[in-house]
Amino acid sequence: MYLALVFCPLVGFMLAICFGRLLSPKGAALITCAFMFLSFICSLIAFFEVGLSRCPTYIKLSPWIDSELLDSSWGFLFDSVTVCMCLLVTCISCLVHVYSTGYMSHDPHQPRFMSYLSLFTFFMLMLVTADNFLQLFFGWEGVGLCSYLLINFWFTRLQANKSAIKAMVVNRVGDFGLALGIFSIFAVFRTIEYSTVFSLVPYFTGFNLSFFNLNFNLIACISIFLFIGAVGKSAQIGLHTWLPDAMEGPTPVSALIHAATMVTAGVFLIIRCSPIFEYSLDALFVVVCVGAMTAFFAATVGVFQNDLKKIIAYSTCSQLGYMVFACGLSNYSVSMFHVLNHAYFKALLFLSAGSVIHALSDEQDMRRMGGLIQVLPFTYIMIVIGSLALMGFPFLTGFYSKDVILEIAYSKYNFLGTFAHWLGVVSASITAFYSFKLLYMTFISSPNGFKSSFQSAHDAPFPMAFPLFLLSLGSIFLGYISRDLFIGLGTPFWNNSIFILPEHINTIDAEFIPLYIKWLPFFASIAGAVISVMLYHLFSCALFNLYSNNTFFNNVYTFFNKKWFFDRLQNEFLASFLLKLGYGVTYKIIDKGLIELFGPLGVSKNTYNVSKQVSLLQSGLINQYAFLMFVFLVIFLVINVFSPILVSFIDLQVYFVLLLSLLINNLYLTKK
Amino acid sequence: MLIDQSKFLFVAITLFSIGLCGIMLNRKNIIIMLMSIELMLLSINYSFILFSVFLDDVIGQLFALFVLTVAAAESAIGLAILVIYYRVRGTVSIDYINLMKG
Repeated sequence: MYLALVFCPLVGFMLAICFGRLLSPKGAALITCAFMFLSFICSLIAFFEVGLSRCPTYIKLSPWIDSELLDSSWGFLFDSVTVCMCLLVTCISCLVHVYSTGYMSHDPHQPRFMSYLSLFTFFMLMLVTADNFLQLFFGWEGVGLCSYLLINFWFTRLQANKSAIKAMVVNRVGDFGLALGIFSIFAVFRTIEYSTVFSLVPYFTGFNLSFFNLNFNLIACISIFLFIGAVGKSAQIGLHTWLPDAMEGPTPVSALIHAATMVTAGVFLIIRCSPIFEYSLDALFVVVCVGAMTAFFAATVGVFQNDLKKIIAYSTCSQLGYMVFACGLSNYSVSMFHVLNHAYFKALLFLSAGSVIHALSDEQDMRRMGGLIQVLPFTYIMIVIGSLALMGFPFLTGFYSKDVILEIAYSKYNFLGTFAHWLGVVSASITAFYSFKLLYMTFISSPNGFKSSFQSAHDAPFPMAFPLFLLSLGSIFLGYISRDLFIGLGTPFWNNSIFILPEHINTIDAEFIPLYIKWLPFFASIAGAVISVMLYHLFSCALFNLYSNNTFFNNVYTFFNKKWFFDRLQNEFLASFLLKLGYGVTYKIIDKGLIELFGPLGVSKNTYNVSKQVSLLQSGLINQYAFLMFVFLVIFLVINVFSPILVSFIDLQVYFVLLLSLLINNLYLTKK
Repeated sequence: MLIDQSKFLFVAITLFSIGLCGIMLNRKNIIIMLMSIELMLLSINYSFILFSVFLDDVIGQLFALFVLTVAAAESAIGLAILVIYYRVRGTVSIDYINLMKG
């Protein structure tokens, strides 16, 4: 059954991609949905067995790489963290599959779309159920690939192509970090199995990793490498640029991959590697800083975006920041709780946004909407629920995890905790601000769109509305229901799958912080929401005048609207430099230069030339031979006699350089 | 016997160098080359005998006798080869003995 959980989506993918034409779009959709539902049922049972009954399952399927030095197998580890993620992935994926049957019903490539969704789910399940780092990496790259394929689904659009390539390339930077982390884990622990590595970490705490005569703390190094991987996948600040651009893909993709599941893979990695991160304060410091800054940065950018999906994308980025800094503050279970909750309300938001876009025949710009509450009342309700859950309105799902994250940040009582707490509170307020701006501008303000798009607007059909309804139930109740299970004091749910150093635990301190600090996030979000509605309802003209007449405010607006100029920074400083480096140095000098010179072409050419020159020495003149014999005799005699004196001047490296220069010189000469 | 041995050695080295130059600088006559080899062997013989006298060791003189024998045999063979070569090619000039060029 556990294997069926993982492999059902793969079967669905195979059937849909191979026999999509035979099955007809409807048939392919039905098959992939059915297999996804099967997988979902399996993960429900797995959640009951592993999570609630506390029986971790370990399946060793077959050896993969078996070479004495590196043993890696296809193994599946189902512990509490894994089953949580499995349940989340299969649930959201199932709903998105159903939603896609409605959303993509007019697309001629629907079977391909459904099969990619299934393939993505398979890779994601592979990622979360892996029992070693290599298999995790397999799933990690697989979801990256599916992300690329799905962003690029409408492959005739140039923007989609560009975004897909950008997602691939930016993720590659993070993957490089993850690969380095796995390499260094293998170099030190001589294995990549979770169980062995995690149990050996305490032994290696004092060790150093030497690199070019520089010493780094081993555990810190490994953690930071793994964290770079998480930064790439979870769109933390610096490598976040691909996430908003990924919104070029179809909306169900954004909901499944770029909101609920794939982007949380980085957070999952940190939670999974908690035994490594816990032993390095430096790494935790970096994690908290990056997470908190991402939360704040993404929130500020979100306010000034006009694209419906981009706002939600930035809010995802911001929420990922919350999850990451909760990890850095050693509250992995809270972070996991937020991952789960966030998935429901963010998927709800995205899918409802998709419903709006679908209704307005692919209009995404918020400035050309407005007044949709008359046309799309159901979608309006769904977005309201999603937004309230997102801003942490009391007793909705987001409230339970978000407030706990802020409380534990405050109760760290150090610089880092306070830093994260204040950035978190400010971002919470900004989150409420842009959520209500989105609501107001899309649904409540006077209609600004084209008449034609309003005329054909219709509320979501059943296959789209049903997942929305289920997700809204999740967004309302799940936090309340599962709070005690996941983050209640002394909950036995996690069952050793998460490791926290005893001195880092501060869940009890979080209960004793001042009351006004506990209330602060609530009031901040309410204030944000109220200010937003006030501004856009009463003072929108004044706001517009402020933007257009005042250069200062115009500059501020441009700064945030252009995403703090991160893209420009990366393009002009990093990308062009790296492109030049890549073309000039690594391609021209190393690949076509040095490797060709000393590699296949150079060696064959040189052998030919040198042998030609050597054969010229044989002139057939006896006196020349005699002369050479004499000369070399004298040379060897001299070396023999004077070797005790000369030996101190002989340096093999110099000879090597001489030899090299001779070779190069020789090539140069023969070229002319 | 208090004679400076370097003077005797000078004679030997001079003889050897003359033989060497005869081989290296001579470009025409192969007979001269053979003679030069004989000269070099002679100088070696000379130094053998010299050191055998100085070191009061008879082995050196014995060795010189061996060298003489070998030299005689060698020059005989060399001359024989030359005669055969002349019969085949009609010349013994070094300039034309270059069939083994690479």
